[in-house]
Amino acid sequence: MHLVITLNGETIKKVEPHLGFIHRSIEKMCESLTYRQFIYVTSRMDYLSAHINNQACALCVEKGMQIEVPERAQVIRTIMAELTRIASHELWWGAMAMDIGAFTPFFHAFREREKINDIMEETCGARLTMNYMVPGGVMIDLHPDFQRKVKEFITLFKLKIHEYDELVTGNIIFRNRMKDVGFLSKEDAISYGCSGPAARGSGVSCDIRKLYPYDAYNKVQFEEVIETAGDSLARYMIRIKEMNQSVHIIEQLIDNIPEGDFQAKTKAVLKLPKGEFYTRVETARGELGVYIVSEGATTPYRIKFRSPGFSNLSALDHMARGSKLGDLVAMMGTLDLVIPDIDR
Amino acid sequence: MSNEELKTKITELLPAATFDESGEWLNINVEPSSWLSFAGKLRNNDSLFFDYLFCLTCIDWKTHLTMVCHLSSTKYRHNIVIKSKLDAGKPEIESVSHIWKTADFHEREVYEMFGVNFLNHPDLRLLILPDGWEGKNPMRKDFEDAVNMIKL
Repeated sequence: MHLVITLNGETIKKVEPHLGFIHRSIEKMCESLTYRQFIYVTSRMDYLSAHINNQACALCVEKGMQIEVPERAQVIRTIMAELTRIASHELWWGAMAMDIGAFTPFFHAFREREKINDIMEETCGARLTMNYMVPGGVMIDLHPDFQRKVKEFITLFKLKIHEYDELVTGNIIFRNRMKDVGFLSKEDAISYGCSGPAARGSGVSCDIRKLYPYDAYNKVQFEEVIETAGDSLARYMIRIKEMNQSVHIIEQLIDNIPEGDFQAKTKAVLKLPKGEFYTRVETARGELGVYIVSEGATTPYRIKFRSPGFSNLSALDHMARGSKLGDLVAMMGTLDLVIPDIDR
Repeated sequence: MSNEELKTKITELLPAATFDESGEWLNINVEPSSWLSFAGKLRNNDSLFFDYLFCLTCIDWKTHLTMVCHLSSTKYRHNIVIKSKLDAGKPEIESVSHIWKTADFHEREVYEMFGVNFLNHPDLRLLILPDGWEGKNPMRKDFEDAVNMIKL
């Protein structure tokens, strides 16, 4: 992504994003892939929320085919999605602190993120593009060590999350760089189609997990974190608090994974009936929508991914106008832009 | 509001609208000429209050194009889909970007990918495709690119 910035001295007049540098036209590609195949491509969209992308696609196909997902698969999916959210927020935290000028947090974040990647690798066989969720459930059963390792991770994470606050959140230099920077009002956040932490930082209640629960989210207790300040610090605080909520969700589920099938029995060839299907899920960045238009064939006629980053980015120009150039980095950091997610 | 209530309310606002209830959400078909005024009413009517446009896209049906808008209300939490049929040869429709600001980027994407001309759009330029792109619109069904497109 290029940002073409018009300046008056150091004051930003206009920010124009130029996109498309890693545009692969995933939507067009999916038109020639079957309903089992296209899910693998979507891991490459928002690669930090690969699990959740797969989950959204699987849910959409299940909605069209009216497949009942076994409870075990639902719980596994929810745990995996929350682990992904923690991993994504950790990478964001490290990378954002590095953008602001602090190098050390990156290593702290990756120390914990590595544990999640190891857990993923054991069960899914991959560390980044997992391709673990399939229509009807998950691809293979959990690794025997899964529960033990997740519990170990939670214990470790709870010890370390305080370090994040001590190192960055409470740091006066950091707070001055974030506070009152990149203000976005509630009305503007809705109008610009913002979702996820970017919108919740402005006081918009928009957590899809709460509003339209999917998989096992209606069985767990958690809070939708909302801040009302609308500045970069609010968006930062949301992600930090969300990590705690994700841990809370995993804690409720990890000892209660029901026995049974991990995948529903489905036909070898999936054919969605003629019609239109739309599912929404909450990725680490916001609301991901999968819109499938089917003509009754084995491949979708048209597929559209409503990516959270694309809409969140459109608010950047509005947020940045009148600010100083140096603050733009903080705004971009707290929008949590993942470029393949924007370009698709 | 339930789908039935929405239907009654919307028929009051636009008697010419036709409905399709086969999907999860209420689908409303409108003529391109009433697209903008209808969108404005959906946004500003106090009992509808569709303030959140979460998906705007286009479908190429070879014979015609269909504009699709998914709308939601953050106040009442109801959802609808509005659609409009466009001529495939000369697709043109009013921009809704001054009603929902997110439409600005989404319409630019549709403009370059499907070739839909948005009237009164504040900044209708290429967003994803490289500058100086010439030729057909990539998301159209008849698009062929022998070099860059891998047939799967």
